[in-house]
Amino acid sequence: MHETVTVRARGVSKSFGDVVALDGVDLDIAEGQVHGLVGPNGAGKTTLLGLLLGLAKADDGDLEILGSPVRRTLTVPDGVAGFVDGPGLYPSLTARQNLDAQAHLRGDSTDGIADTLEQVGLTEVADDRIRGFSLGMRQRLGLAAALLTRPRLLVLDEPANGLDPSGTRQVHRVLTRLAAHGTSVVLSSHRMDDLAALCSVVTILATGRVVFSGPLSKLVAETDELDYRLRTSDPEAARRVAAETPEVQVLRDDDLLQRHDAATLLVRAAVPALDDLVPRLVGAGVSVRELAPVVAPLEAAFMALTTGANGSNEDGEL
Amino acid sequence: MSTAAAITHARAGAQPAPVGRTYRFELIKLLAQWPIRIGLLACFIAPALYVAIISQQSSLPTDTVFGRWLSQTGWAGPLVVLAFGCSWLLPLLTSVVAGDVFASEDRLGTWRHLLVAVRSPRRIFAAKALASLTVILLIATGLVVSGVVGGLVAVGNRPLVGLDGQLLEPGQAAGVILLAWVAALVPTLAFAALGLLGSVALGRSPMGLLVPAVLGPLLVTAQLLPMPVEVRVALPSYAFIAWRGLFNDPAQTGPLLVGLVVSLAWTVVAIALAYRLFMRRDFTDLAYDGIGRRLLGRAVLPLTALLAVTVAVIAATTSASGSGVDKAKVEGSLATSFAHLYRMQTEQLHRPDVTEAQLESSAACDKGGRRVDDVGPGNDWRCVVKWRLPGSTAEGSAIYQLDVTPDGRYVSDGDGPLQVNGFFQINTPHGDVPNPLWQFDGNVDLLTPLADR
Repeated sequence: MHETVTVRARGVSKSFGDVVALDGVDLDIAEGQVHGLVGPNGAGKTTLLGLLLGLAKADDGDLEILGSPVRRTLTVPDGVAGFVDGPGLYPSLTARQNLDAQAHLRGDSTDGIADTLEQVGLTEVADDRIRGFSLGMRQRLGLAAALLTRPRLLVLDEPANGLDPSGTRQVHRVLTRLAAHGTSVVLSSHRMDDLAALCSVVTILATGRVVFSGPLSKLVAETDELDYRLRTSDPEAARRVAAETPEVQVLRDDDLLQRHDAATLLVRAAVPALDDLVPRLVGAGVSVRELAPVVAPLEAAFMALTTGANGSNEDGEL
Repeated sequence: MSTAAAITHARAGAQPAPVGRTYRFELIKLLAQWPIRIGLLACFIAPALYVAIISQQSSLPTDTVFGRWLSQTGWAGPLVVLAFGCSWLLPLLTSVVAGDVFASEDRLGTWRHLLVAVRSPRRIFAAKALASLTVILLIATGLVVSGVVGGLVAVGNRPLVGLDGQLLEPGQAAGVILLAWVAALVPTLAFAALGLLGSVALGRSPMGLLVPAVLGPLLVTAQLLPMPVEVRVALPSYAFIAWRGLFNDPAQTGPLLVGLVVSLAWTVVAIALAYRLFMRRDFTDLAYDGIGRRLLGRAVLPLTALLAVTVAVIAATTSASGSGVDKAKVEGSLATSFAHLYRMQTEQLHRPDVTEAQLESSAACDKGGRRVDDVGPGNDWRCVVKWRLPGSTAEGSAIYQLDVTPDGRYVSDGDGPLQVNGFFQINTPHGDVPNPLWQFDGNVDLLTPLADR
């Protein structure tokens, strides 16, 4: 089936003086896709998001948004909305006034303001000046401002910043619904749980280069070994069994030792080796009470790809 | 949709926001700020209260031009407000309004958002400049309307005495006052442009607000310092003083026109520099906080060059030199004022009317005694005015002590005889009224040629 592409970047590079922010970046974002952009500080995420919003132009390469080539700054087509580096709101105006003024500025109808405020859960504070808003409320209002334009491509830089769990769920709902109606969403975040919950595709950037781009499942599958926390009814027996299981390493973890959590083991293994370990434990009469990754698979993959090591690489092996 | 159609649609949709809508957006943001709201409200209320209260006091603000007439005519109110505004309020308010219009976006971190919404730095600049101008015009309107209302309600619609003693009927006074306010708006624009430049150049740094706010009153204060007249007139603050020439007959239009042209030149250059800096700014640079040391080359030096060029042009095209104040100018001005005010006093005392021409008034002035040249400002000018009444062979004479300030304004303080100018009141059939010949303000034209000495 032919997939409609909202963003198509090929070999996009961008430098600021001697600093290379993006170096030959390829990116494809399909219609209705929630695309996560992740990378350590200085990886080029904000620069890439800025290019998508038209704030800067690439020094080299081709960028096409909604079918239109983007060759100059501030010439991205209508239908692109979002924010980088904060939601860009005016504290002396109320939430409603902020949206109203921005709608007028764009020549959009103001009819949808009440509905948009409701979507992001700010109806009750619509007429309050945003000077008193928390960071999370501002983030949601920034999202509302973007929604008001009925975007076909929504670009969000750290939209979950400052959100409480309820706010996070609300934003997730809004973004998921948007994507279901065909809007492409590209967002950056340092919160792997957010990305894992929202994104079908992620692109990992490191020092301006794409080190991974593809479905989340593929990323997780490509991550060979992870560290797991193993809690059992008999830690000593579990340790013996784990040590005897092929492709399973029992790790020493200073944090666990300090907490005197003697019932917990730290093991490093790939999924097939875990599949082998669990029946061996059961066979040895050891009950498995918890087997969970210490670091989420996405985070582990991210760290492996961006630093070349996973979360416990500095721990000594027993 | 075909690719070509999609591109056409995208191009059509990617148009920048119109300046009108961007201007509205900027105006909403400016007027939503409490300091500006409070400032505007104060500008519409405070002058009326000030004029109404002060005009009823026995002690009037005689150090402010037209201040001594506050209790005599309501039309002095807006002029006292104008003089007061020109001394520091207008430069300060305008540079703060214009000085914050760009810096506030830096503080709030909203530049990227604004650029994405408007898609044209050029239009953002234009809209911000126009929005600042609108607020500044509102401030000026508030000050003048409030001053007029306060004066007319508290004192009444009576003739105004000009700066050479001639009487301006209320309608005529209103017209000249309006013209004076319009003239004062031109240097106000120059300070607004300096505020814009400071705001663009200095980013979110507190200096962005501080520099224009300090520069405004500083340039106005410079007018009180002794300096060559070519330099004085070349400062953008000169037109804040030159409007006084409109209250002479004939009006001293030369200094006013030069002052207005200079102010316009500063406005254009400062806006052009601000525009250039703004258009060259990299808005993707998150660490941007003004142009730092480049301020010297990109703002300070060009403005210094403008000042140098203006001084040279004024020196070459006018006959101005020295302080612009000399014996002949002071004598001429004082004699004219005396004649007008003598006629006014005559009318108040119900004596037979006499014209200025019949009086043949003249003045002989000396500054600081024989050892001092009779030029320049100072409070040591002593003049003897002489006049002749029709049908009389006797010549009247009166003595005045003059305090001439570097900007060309002087205050004449009558020193006798008692029945002419020696007492602050005169006894008329309607009771005691202020003596117009006792103390009065005058104004010398700094740009007319000095007499040969």
